[in-house]
Amino acid sequence: MADNRRRFLARAGASAATLFLGGCTSLSEQPWVVNLLSEVEILTRHAQRLFAGEHALAPEFPKKDIASVFRANGTLNPDTPDYNAHAANGFRDWRIKVGGLVEHPLSISMAALRAMPSRTQITRHDCVEGWSCIGQWTGTPLSLVLAAARPTAAARYVMFFCADNMAQDGDPPQFYYESLDLLEATHPQTLLAYELNGQTLPIEYGAPVRLRAERQLGYKMPKYIKRIEVVDEFKTINGGRGGYWEDQGYNWWGGI
Amino acid sequence: MGIEPAKVIRRALGLAPRGPHYLFPRHRLFVRISHWINAGCLAFLLMSGLQIFNAHPALYWGQSSDFDHPLLSMTALDNGSELVGVTQAGPWHFNTTGVLGVSNEDGSPMVRGFPDWATLPGPQWLAMGRLWHFAFAWLFVINGLLFWAYSITRGHARHDLLPTGTDIAHLPREVIDHIKLKFPRGEDAKRYNALQKLAYFSVIFVLGPLIVLTGLTMSPTMDSAFPELLWIFGGRQSARTIHFICAFSFLGFFIIHIAMVVLSGTWNNLRSMITGRYVIEGNKDG
Repeated sequence: MADNRRRFLARAGASAATLFLGGCTSLSEQPWVVNLLSEVEILTRHAQRLFAGEHALAPEFPKKDIASVFRANGTLNPDTPDYNAHAANGFRDWRIKVGGLVEHPLSISMAALRAMPSRTQITRHDCVEGWSCIGQWTGTPLSLVLAAARPTAAARYVMFFCADNMAQDGDPPQFYYESLDLLEATHPQTLLAYELNGQTLPIEYGAPVRLRAERQLGYKMPKYIKRIEVVDEFKTINGGRGGYWEDQGYNWWGGI
Repeated sequence: MGIEPAKVIRRALGLAPRGPHYLFPRHRLFVRISHWINAGCLAFLLMSGLQIFNAHPALYWGQSSDFDHPLLSMTALDNGSELVGVTQAGPWHFNTTGVLGVSNEDGSPMVRGFPDWATLPGPQWLAMGRLWHFAFAWLFVINGLLFWAYSITRGHARHDLLPTGTDIAHLPREVIDHIKLKFPRGEDAKRYNALQKLAYFSVIFVLGPLIVLTGLTMSPTMDSAFPELLWIFGGRQSARTIHFICAFSFLGFFIIHIAMVVLSGTWNNLRSMITGRYVIEGNKDG
């Protein structure tokens, strides 16, 4: 009797747990649930902006905190014929095109970028997976590049288009891309970085140039940047959610 | 006084006694609503939290991750014929195949920290785990702040939850009573005993804020706004470790809480947290 009851209770408990879990997993596949949960991101972004404001700087660390091995993540080598040719040439002909809603479209060589005023910062890189690494980054503040290009009054977002193809072999190419709003893009620590720990940026970290946006998670900092475009919205660009990982369901706001 | 089995069983199940008894208003509506919202939040938060943890099932101490020396890690080894789940805690290594490191998903062994029955969603799906986690984190914080405001302004925190000197003095006696499964009855059941006060007070006013603050310390934007957070918790990775410990403290609290609810009168306790009314043995004026 007692044994039967125990078995019944155990089975009832397990069934309830399975129903709850199965229910939540299938809920995770319902567009309306995903949309509802995604709405929370707006609240999070506004709250975080309220506290961090425009200018609060991400913490910077002393040299002794620099990781002996900085973990390289995402694409480790774009490995396309075009990219390999640039790499073989030491990226001498690499140019970053700046266009879209700007009065002065630019095409900046690496030499020209390096000739601009630079900033060096020792910061913590936080991956969305949960780990952190500290490294020293040197680059040109994106605000200087944008100021030279002069965004128009309609400008709201800065898009970054990259050389690394994320698609599986045989699928149509899907190049990595990302976006920041103007406020984060013009933050003093937001850099077009070309050096890590005092060395020319290695390929696995995004050579010749990658983004640093220190108040955001790692996926918001694209590597292998080829083109920067200032836009008023990104609904019509690629998957329409503002970035490669965003199109796979990750939050556009990468502040947490 | 002899043992009457029928009476003991009725008491454990929380059914009204055959003798004199009356209904006592034990929990106010606000507390009851707040309690159940919180219970739901904790279930969603724990399971989506384990999903997020699975994206990098290792914990560290300090500002950044020392990948070669985690405090705790769940990994998988391929011994040639099968996958072996290995959980490492400090210098110790355990074979945890089937539960931690390697567990079955749709019938085949998968490399994953916690098993799919413990995570939300079940399959590895970090983006979705984050959506669930942050949505319920907001609800948890708002509900918690409202409860704080209510319990502090209405005297609930001070009169019902804050342990008094007398409570502390009674603590050893109560621990022994609890071990013997002797629970307060009659007039004594109308207020929380010292163990309850200590447990509820520390969960509400220590563990709750601690898990929220360590959660926020993991946010790079919040670290820009409040760099003090890093100083308080010793870095982002320490905060992540403390957040994990807090989550399992909540789980430990939950298990003991459920055990006590069941042992000290299941239905009476449940009813009092649903309708507010709790059966007291004896006469009302007695």
